[in-house]
Amino acid sequence: MLLIECPWCGERAETEFSYGGEAGIARPPDPDVLSDAEWADYLFNRSNPRGAHRELWNHAQGCRRWFGVERDTVTYRIAGSFRLSDGSDNREG
Amino acid sequence: MKKYSAFSLIRNALSHNRKWREAWRSPEPKSDYDVIIVGGGGHGLATAYYLAKEHGIRNVAVLEKGWIGGGNTGRNTTIVRSNYLWTEASLLYEQSMKLWEGLSQDLNYNVMFSQRGVYNLGHTLQDMRDIERRVNANRLNGIDAEVVNAEQVGKAIPFINTSPDARYPILGASLQRRAGVARHDAVAWGFARAADARGVDIIEQCEVTGINREGDKVTGVETTRGTINAPRVGVVVAGNASVLAAMAGLRLPIESHPLQAFVSEPLKPVIDTVIMSNAVHGYISQSDKGELVIGAGIDAYNGYGQRGSFHTIEHTMQAIIELFPVLSRVRMLRQWGGIVDVCPDACPIISKTPVGGLYFNCGWGTGGFKATPGSGWAFAHTIAQDRPHELNAPFDLERFTTGALIDEHGAAAVAH
Repeated sequence: MLLIECPWCGERAETEFSYGGEAGIARPPDPDVLSDAEWADYLFNRSNPRGAHRELWNHAQGCRRWFGVERDTVTYRIAGSFRLSDGSDNREG
Repeated sequence: MKKYSAFSLIRNALSHNRKWREAWRSPEPKSDYDVIIVGGGGHGLATAYYLAKEHGIRNVAVLEKGWIGGGNTGRNTTIVRSNYLWTEASLLYEQSMKLWEGLSQDLNYNVMFSQRGVYNLGHTLQDMRDIERRVNANRLNGIDAEVVNAEQVGKAIPFINTSPDARYPILGASLQRRAGVARHDAVAWGFARAADARGVDIIEQCEVTGINREGDKVTGVETTRGTINAPRVGVVVAGNASVLAAMAGLRLPIESHPLQAFVSEPLKPVIDTVIMSNAVHGYISQSDKGELVIGAGIDAYNGYGQRGSFHTIEHTMQAIIELFPVLSRVRMLRQWGGIVDVCPDACPIISKTPVGGLYFNCGWGTGGFKATPGSGWAFAHTIAQDRPHELNAPFDLERFTTGALIDEHGAAAVAH
């Protein structure tokens, strides 16, 4: 089980969190100007890297806030957590 | 290839089983092939086999980074069924089912396909409505399916808890009698042997590190054993599909997740069918060795580590004990994980790509084993003809742009 650090609550067991997938995917500001392929890329395509991965987690059984985690998808080692409101990520915190 | 038969068993027994030939060669890779298949799992080997058998393309290499049967082919829970909801999906899986039914004879290799039936349990009124809808959809597509009630479930599966007082009472199930299990290793070995006999080079310990292109045409691959050229490359690597796609500059609508499975200590025969439950989320059957074979859902996070988290194991065991309280003291013998490539609509991609001569077969997610022969059959057609067969045409990459998704989530009898 992963030990995940919530930026607000500290280190907690993985079972307190729910997973939100790849971080840093910004909703296009004006979807109407996108082609179908560009919209599909935003909606469905993912980088799914083998290695370092920046991803979203929600502290569902705690403070219920979203934050980011950088984690290796092969070793599962967590490099650290980050707040989305730092501007280091495009989704709202 | 020496044909396996009762006579060959007796003859080899008389020579103390010292004269069995290897089941497939271990050739050095040639510099050029007509087709390269990346990935020596069941799907890749089946693709190579049907390329040779159905399309006469025998100058084929199957490149496997590990050993045959060491990836997801050897890590699944061996369930075979075709009771999917949507017509596109059910016809594809039914094609596979028909190939399963003749596979041991076709390959001259006993894949131990056992049509012992699959029960998909319903625990709520909505479950039962979904089951009735799916059973009717299956029957309209000519696929055997029936609805059974809790009493019939209890009669057919003696130790299952059908008490109305259960936390999640069993109200009924769908039953596909033609469904069942097959021996997963034998499927890999049988396809490997039969493909090899038709001239296919199976090259193990050969990892693809790059995909070579000239303009927008593929020219071959870079591997840990040198450059191998081919005008057509089919990639069928399950959990590593995104990694291979990135080598060709493509992005896929796929996320890789660990999926865990377990076997118990061997028991006397106790379960003679396959039971799956979407609501409590577990599935179970018993192998010929007596081990209970158990699986459940994926770990939520992206992962390539072939292992998952312990709470997923706990969740699975809760589900199994909910269904079979009698198994509460059974010890688990082994636990492992495979890496599954999950698509947003829980359906596979068997498709051409924007790169000429490059084909992808991926996105089978948690349910690829059952499709092994059908997947290879359809992918071979796609590669040989440079266009999909009508059975896999709906499963192209373009569907994510057009929006014609085939939403099998949940409807596919077990959550993905």
